[in-house]
Amino acid sequence: MTLHLQNARLIDPESLTETEGSLTVENGQITALNGPGLKGAQVIDCGGKCLAPGIVDIGVKVGEPGERHKESFRSAALAAAAGGVTTIITRPDTNPAIDTPEALEFVNRRAAEASPVRIRQMAALTKGRQGREMTEIGFLLDAGAVSFTDCDHVVSDTKVLSRAMTYAKSLGALIIGHPQDPGLSAGSAATSGKFASLRGLPGVSPMAERMGLDRDLSLIEMTGARYHFDQITVARALPPLERAKKNGLDVTAGTSIHHLTLNEFDVGDYRTFFKVKPPLRSEDDRLAIVEAVASGLIDIISSMHTPQDEESKRLPYEEAASGAVALETFLPAALRLYHAGQLTLPQLFRAMALNPAKRLGLPQGRLSVGAPADLVLFDPDAPFVLDRFTLRSKSKNTPFDGARMEGKVLATFVGGKQVFGTGA
Amino acid sequence: MTFRARHLLGIEHLAPEEIRTVLDLSEKYVDLNRRTVKQADALAGLTQINMFFENSTRTQASFELAGKRLGADVMNMSVAHSSVKKGETLIDTAMTLNAMHPDLLVVRHPSSGAVNLLASKVNCAVLNAGDGRHEHPTQALLDALTIRRAKGRIQRLTVAICGDIAHSRVARSNLILLGKMENRVRLIAPPTLMPSGVQDFGCELYDDMREGLKDADVVMMLRLQKERMDGGFIPSEREYYHRYGLDAEKLAFAKEDAIVMHPGPMNRGVEIDGEIADDINRSVIQEQVEMGVAVRMACMDLLARNLRAERGAKAVGVMV
Repeated sequence: MTLHLQNARLIDPESLTETEGSLTVENGQITALNGPGLKGAQVIDCGGKCLAPGIVDIGVKVGEPGERHKESFRSAALAAAAGGVTTIITRPDTNPAIDTPEALEFVNRRAAEASPVRIRQMAALTKGRQGREMTEIGFLLDAGAVSFTDCDHVVSDTKVLSRAMTYAKSLGALIIGHPQDPGLSAGSAATSGKFASLRGLPGVSPMAERMGLDRDLSLIEMTGARYHFDQITVARALPPLERAKKNGLDVTAGTSIHHLTLNEFDVGDYRTFFKVKPPLRSEDDRLAIVEAVASGLIDIISSMHTPQDEESKRLPYEEAASGAVALETFLPAALRLYHAGQLTLPQLFRAMALNPAKRLGLPQGRLSVGAPADLVLFDPDAPFVLDRFTLRSKSKNTPFDGARMEGKVLATFVGGKQVFGTGA
Repeated sequence: MTFRARHLLGIEHLAPEEIRTVLDLSEKYVDLNRRTVKQADALAGLTQINMFFENSTRTQASFELAGKRLGADVMNMSVAHSSVKKGETLIDTAMTLNAMHPDLLVVRHPSSGAVNLLASKVNCAVLNAGDGRHEHPTQALLDALTIRRAKGRIQRLTVAICGDIAHSRVARSNLILLGKMENRVRLIAPPTLMPSGVQDFGCELYDDMREGLKDADVVMMLRLQKERMDGGFIPSEREYYHRYGLDAEKLAFAKEDAIVMHPGPMNRGVEIDGEIADDINRSVIQEQVEMGVAVRMACMDLLARNLRAERGAKAVGVMV
């Protein structure tokens, strides 16, 4: 099967360039850029629209096992395909947690059944995400875990964490941590400041995030672990992160699309679809994080896709569940930053495709010869108003309901096979 | 006369002229309440349900009396002891009540924003009787009425609010109202009980009570809730009383004719000296309770007028 995608605006995150040209796919791989049209190849005219490597999304929550009514592998994968996400990296904060090779094999099998996109799994760092005993990191690696995380549960016992880090390092495993001081952030529902005070919500200081970061950086220096911070969302966390990178620690940092595109005031009149973890930050913090993505200090943008049903959101704000679905709104939300002139398309795809793939040792995320043909074709300017009930996710908890957005996915390809778009 | 609101969820949503409307109408009900026969018919035929998810004897009694004096059928539900304990959600409770066609729903809830959520799901007028740390609008209105009667105006006054600001919905509603009416608001609290970001609301912040009380026209004390003790916000009751309790020595820093207020119930000897609380020349605490009934009558009267107008408009629509 040979594909020739011509008349495309090629978004290359490796060279940070955009060029007009064509791309040839054979046997699921990119075999030529701007090559001649091969005989017998299926020709797709991209009509001058953008062709970029498919998004690699670290930290997607699927409700299997335990909460399949919120999201199944099938519904998540369909949403991903429609959103231009070609690889989803799932979180282990399921019920029960993915903390044994047996549980991992179960989700691997479920994921493999009829998924149009690639699905890779993360495993818990400690048993039951309880922060007491490390999981069987070796067995889990053998079973295919791409990294280890307790998600938003912070391992508060530093001895447990340092041992897990030391052990993981010997196996070359990547740990993903949530930078947050658990004591200072306990019971909070908003970022402390004018908004939290106005709404009478218990707030957490942005400093809690830096404290969590500082603590983990010390342990990384001590153990030499490979470490990724899932969400950096406040300006105050950036200087120590920059210092750690300069000092050569093996650290990378991510942030979430919601923290890049929304701020605390968007919560408005207690709108629980805007309740995420950590809580939305001030506009100053948001702008600092956007800048850090542009400079490359923050490596990765994730959707932090977290499906929640209506019942868990239709509650008073403090009691409502955290999280938002984002697989299908990830790209149009990110394009807000492009339209605002804050990030270029190659910069966006560096953070949404290339860097996450690199960090996990995956060959995806590139628009170069030899890379897997995981691609997204999109029109960055197509306007639409989001109706949450059109989303493919089983849960509809998006903060962008009714929002004006720009950017539509026209087609998604995984391994050279079209999984979304006209003719799919 | 202006009052457009459909619900009374917070002072935040009221315009200054709406606040004035409530206060003016309240004056009439103060007169009514002082007569022997205290009956009016503003709410005749309407059903008022008091739904208290948090126990409160005083506020509930005040709302109940206000409704009854205006001729409403009043029902009290102490939801703290009922189906919510059986796992029913707030929305389900609201929908159940809504099906009984109440006209006025008075709600107190321990979570900030819970009353807003409820108001979006029912088609009667909702009055917030206190939600979490968010707002307690009728308290701020009755405080405003008390101040206006004592001082002759509710503008250009220096009002010191003192105590547990961080956890107080009374403080929040009051500082919004006093700001809207163009008063100087000072907040006095130990730093652990001062919410962050309040300087942006146009308040002056003090952690020294004597400085904060200097030349104040009104001293508004807040209740220190006992459960705050366990949270480690302050070292002890006696140290709190020493530094933030209102006694004659500290009150001397305020203006000579400054009035002393407290939303009740008081902890004598914790935030306020009993002698000051009982000093009829300074304390207007009993008057606040009296104004409470009148203000709640005025609020429910105004909301009922809007409700009737809305339903009348709908009925006409059906005819056409």
